[in-house]
Amino acid sequence: MEVEAAKMIGAGLAAIALAGAGVGIGLIFGSFLQGALRNPSAAPQFQAMVYIGFALAEATGLFGLVMAFVILGA
Amino acid sequence: MAENANDPMHQFVINKIADFQIGGLDLSFTNSSLWMVAAVATVSLFMMSAMSGRALIPGRMQSVAELCYEFISNMVRDNAGTEGMKFFPFVFTVFTFVLSCNMLGMIPYSFTVTSHIIVTFALAAVIITIVLVYGLLRNGFKFFGLFLPSGVPWWMAPIMVPIEVISFLSRPISLSVRLFANMLAGHTVLKVFAGFVVSIGSVGGLAMLGAIVPLAMATALIGLEFLVAFLQAFIFSILTCIYLNDAIHPSH
Repeated sequence: MEVEAAKMIGAGLAAIALAGAGVGIGLIFGSFLQGALRNPSAAPQFQAMVYIGFALAEATGLFGLVMAFVILGA
Repeated sequence: MAENANDPMHQFVINKIADFQIGGLDLSFTNSSLWMVAAVATVSLFMMSAMSGRALIPGRMQSVAELCYEFISNMVRDNAGTEGMKFFPFVFTVFTFVLSCNMLGMIPYSFTVTSHIIVTFALAAVIITIVLVYGLLRNGFKFFGLFLPSGVPWWMAPIMVPIEVISFLSRPISLSVRLFANMLAGHTVLKVFAGFVVSIGSVGGLAMLGAIVPLAMATALIGLEFLVAFLQAFIFSILTCIYLNDAIHPSH
């Protein structure tokens, strides 16, 4: 296989990491809403933690995107 | 490739505005430096003009400035304790700098400083250096208690300590890559969708109406990007607070 084609396939494969980020972000907000609807008065205290969890999950997916850029640039 | 204005990565190219070479070091004033100066100037001018009145009953501008102050001071107090308040000026500077860099990057034809990993990594390296130096000066050898969470059985230490050390060492990398990758990805996606509008629009005829779809998508994405720009500045500073908390109270 040509190196250029292999690079493109590799970069595409690295972008699969975003699926994990999608699952993670969905789980975080889903569980937060479940908890918040059960006990709305406790929800505001945990808003910041939800966003931290969101950012951590999103960053993990974006590492895959960075890998894709590294593969394309190498 | 970089010469092509339709290339989605073209917006991240660094151009030299004024060339300075001092002792073999390239200290040129680039568009990146220009937008960094713009970000600092925006924050300083806003804060100075908003607080110049010092009214007892704040006006509109002063309310915004006080809101920023209270937002960050609550964040530092909640996450790093009262003792962490000595780092309030630092965290406030980090937050406002990252926020204004992200927001200025949303202006069309501007340059997003935080979309370059060297900028975010330099910020993260400064933060981790402060955490290390302050933690070691304040707690001495006890700072290394950070690497063994309390309540863990002693025989788990050979596994837990390397994991905690690696997790600590990867903090500057994850902190910088998170901000940089969010900015880079967001702006690239915006440019890609804008490119779809142009390429569908150039077909002509009835097919041109199809360009409405990517246009609407790009408009929605700009809203999302403003959210991300604020959220990433918030996350960057709240994680700074959490890391500082480790330096102040290392006993997990």
